[in-house]
Amino acid sequence: MNSTPLKIEVKNLNFYYGDVHALKDINLSVYEKRVTAIIGPSGCGKTTLLRCFNRMHDLYPGNRYEGEIILHPEEVNIVSKEVDPIMIRMRIGMVFQKPNPFPKSIYENVAYGLKLKGIKKKSVLDEKVEQALKGAALWEEVKDRLNENAYSLSGGQQQRLCIARAIAPEPEVLLFDEPTSALDPISTAKIEDLIVELKNRLTILIVTHNMQQAGRISDYTAFMYMGKLVEYGPTEKIFTKPDEKLTEDYITGRFG
Amino acid sequence: MKRREELVEALTGSTLGLFALTVGFLFPLFTLLVLIFESLPAIRKFGLFNFLTGTTWDPVAEVFGALPALLGTLLVTFLASAIALPVSIGIAMFISELSPKKLKPVFSTAVELLGAIPSIIYGMWGLFVIAPLMADYVEPFLQETLGRIPLLGKLFDGAPTGVDALTASFVLSVMIIPFMSTIVKDAFEMTPELLKEAGYGLGATKWEVVKNVVIPYTLPGIVGGMVLSVGRALGETMAVAFLTGNVHQIPKSLLEPLTTITVAIANEFTEADSDIYLASLYYLALILFVLSFGLLMLAKFYLLERLGKRWGTKGT
Repeated sequence: MNSTPLKIEVKNLNFYYGDVHALKDINLSVYEKRVTAIIGPSGCGKTTLLRCFNRMHDLYPGNRYEGEIILHPEEVNIVSKEVDPIMIRMRIGMVFQKPNPFPKSIYENVAYGLKLKGIKKKSVLDEKVEQALKGAALWEEVKDRLNENAYSLSGGQQQRLCIARAIAPEPEVLLFDEPTSALDPISTAKIEDLIVELKNRLTILIVTHNMQQAGRISDYTAFMYMGKLVEYGPTEKIFTKPDEKLTEDYITGRFG
Repeated sequence: MKRREELVEALTGSTLGLFALTVGFLFPLFTLLVLIFESLPAIRKFGLFNFLTGTTWDPVAEVFGALPALLGTLLVTFLASAIALPVSIGIAMFISELSPKKLKPVFSTAVELLGAIPSIIYGMWGLFVIAPLMADYVEPFLQETLGRIPLLGKLFDGAPTGVDALTASFVLSVMIIPFMSTIVKDAFEMTPELLKEAGYGLGATKWEVVKNVVIPYTLPGIVGGMVLSVGRALGETMAVAFLTGNVHQIPKSLLEPLTTITVAIANEFTEADSDIYLASLYYLALILFVLSFGLLMLAKFYLLERLGKRWGTKGT
């Protein structure tokens, strides 16, 4: 498993919501152009961990990081105070639990991240928007209605639009926070196919409460419990012969 | 037991219903009827068109025209709203997005308290503090700068007295800012956190999130707050009675005295010595009533509906 290069290394990460010690000594290696799933019961800290990667916790006061999250190849420490979270978020995109398009047109939604990056030329924007929508398997459905409001799309389409919006600025890493929890099975299947497709281009971290989903789409799986990383390894191993009793109990549905 | 509860419930329901009907529907209707009835002599004598377009207001000759007061009302209201809107959006943005969480309630209470100051006190403050400042410093300065621009400069012609359209509008804008900024702030705070995170997640700065996410999302609220505030400004021109000069003329520049409907009514009601004079003042009141009622209706049924449809309620 070590032939693939590292993209992100989490080293002794601790995270606090005020006085609450939410993440305890997390160590994790994320491999480039692979899908890494984070699973665990509700409240185990999986979403908290995911939101450390793009410093989303910075938006709310009283949160504190300790330890390091090293982003390769430059080896910058994502959670260091000297690092500008805005630069991080331009390199590490995010797709949220519920579809959250902006109250703008389909086109404007996808172009937004590009405009933030300073791309103004219409022809470049047009091309990149089309590429992103194709990349999110949405182009065929919306190519004739790019100027319609994003809210006119169905929930599943909205989520794929959010994926298009996230991949348009060509981030190196994409974070998915339970992206299918608000969707029906057909939309879910489409998003899962998309994630597998996307790993040819970028590194993916996905939080999911759905173990079958983790089994279907991920290369590596991390199992978390009560703020700690219990076990981490290739998905196949975690699901067939885990080292820890706790992991096995969770995988086999004995709790959670 | 059950029966009694049901009976009480039914009785309370119908009482409250009656109450709501009276306050919400019958009162305005009754007021409207009284206004129409009292202004009948003026309606008969001047008609609608002549009254609305008449520029003479001469109690001695008993000729009354509403145009100066009407235009004065619209001018002062428009100017005050134009000053208040950017300031209110700024205040709302500061309180809801920029200020530290702990200080938020302090700032919002402070702004709300500003709205609790009786409007006549704003009027007195305007007359004793603002008007001299305007006359001595601001207006001469404006004449020196903006006044030199061709065409636009015409707006600043005349002697800077401090008792004019500009001062009245400014004081009125200060009066409606608490109201407007509170509504806009509440609208801002309704923006879902998830939507803002989408912006931040792409690497947007705070300002970019406000500009591109919060304001578009809350546009119906902002427009609604604006229209409500304009409606309030229409009625509150009374408070700036001291500052308008109460002259029935169409001002040719912002530095000329003028009058508004409310100011005319308040100043002249006790002096109206003939029936037609009194009826004309009632007629003015009727016009104001229709104006602000119409504005509220517009806000309620047209703008909110339309904008609501545009951004939709579907989705997150």
